[in-house]
Amino acid sequence: MKIVIIDYGAGNIQSIIFAFQRLGFKPVLSNDPDEIMTADKVIFPGVGEASSAMRKLKETGLDSLIPRLKQPVLGICLGMQLMCNGSEEGSTKGLGIFNVDVIRFNNSVKVPQIGWNQIKHPEAPFFSEIKNNEYMYLVHSYYAPLCEDTIASATYGVEYSVALQKNNFYGVQFHPEKSSIAGEQLIKNFLSL
Amino acid sequence: MLTKRIIPCLDIKNGRTVKGVNFVDLRDAGDPVELAEIYAKEGADELVFLDISATEERRRTLAELVLHVAEKVNIPFTVGGGISSVEDVDRLLKCGADKVSINSSAVKNPQLINDLAAKFGSQCVVVAIDAKQIDGQWRVHLVGGKVPTELDLFEWAKEVEKRGAGEILFTSMDHDGTKNGFANEALAQLSTALNIPIIASGGAGSIQHFTDTFKEGKADAALAASVFHFKEIEINDLKSELRKHDIPVRL
Repeated sequence: MKIVIIDYGAGNIQSIIFAFQRLGFKPVLSNDPDEIMTADKVIFPGVGEASSAMRKLKETGLDSLIPRLKQPVLGICLGMQLMCNGSEEGSTKGLGIFNVDVIRFNNSVKVPQIGWNQIKHPEAPFFSEIKNNEYMYLVHSYYAPLCEDTIASATYGVEYSVALQKNNFYGVQFHPEKSSIAGEQLIKNFLSL
Repeated sequence: MLTKRIIPCLDIKNGRTVKGVNFVDLRDAGDPVELAEIYAKEGADELVFLDISATEERRRTLAELVLHVAEKVNIPFTVGGGISSVEDVDRLLKCGADKVSINSSAVKNPQLINDLAAKFGSQCVVVAIDAKQIDGQWRVHLVGGKVPTELDLFEWAKEVEKRGAGEILFTSMDHDGTKNGFANEALAQLSTALNIPIIASGGAGSIQHFTDTFKEGKADAALAASVFHFKEIEINDLKSELRKHDIPVRL
């Protein structure tokens, strides 16, 4: 299986590479359109600030490539947020795959949210073998509200989306690569799509 | 519900753990990677590696260690000790660290907090603050608590938050090593005054101390070293007990 991690200079990709390696896969890091288009599975990572990450995507033309992909694509953390319509962070437009706008947690809770929160996923096949209310590791200040593409949610002050899906596009707010055995299961589930 | 985090801390010197550990099932008691894997399996929520080596090669050995840990460990970890520049942080994050912790370098050059938050995001910037009470005032200390500064703990913590720190790791030098419990009064004051997570450190000796620091100290996470290394407290037992007191934990 050819797994490509999109490389656009946005944060910590090493952990994601290692997570796949622990499962016996060898992902390729690339920003080359041909390489990405011919992958069986595409990982769209991201850590950092939304508007500068979006700028990097535009510089390489990846902003128009990603929404046209036909194979399963998994956005992680900021990757998931960039797949939405837009983000309040840096007032940036997103890739417009998920029909929702990312906003900041209000100050009734500590921001960023850092730690393990429970993931509610009623009947989502993407979460097969992962129990409902399983813990996943999250670290973020902005979130996608509940919307038509929500397939899993968590509660932090508000109930919000921690996983989104539309057609072949999947996004998770949590870090499967850092979420112990449950996170590994989610990666396996994605790879078996 | 977001859970409270339990964080074992490993002191590292020249790529090896220094504080004695008492794990019978450990092949190499000085191997931080092996220890980290065990803690991850036992239910630790996060790990902190604190590098206390003072050699010229420290940067390289620390980066290598981070790479080895990231390769093997499937939970988040923070690296601290001697980190003083954007380049240092860039290297460690690229090797797979999730967060870095800065201490003295933040006091000497507070702008570093802003620079790191802007370049890498607040979520990976932990500011560690060591403090002890002098004449009733919590004063920030440097060099492992040896050198007092004029900074007030609460004012410094506020400034650190404003500059973009994502988290504060507060160690009370008055409590560290005593095994008499965490500095819950100061912790509660920090946790109430600030809107970023606070990690309690220094003083853990019993399970009750953890319960107290989450309840009274309003801490978001608790860090300890020797009680875990010497198996005085098993993480699983600790979390079961916390849950009995209605403290949310990942179990």
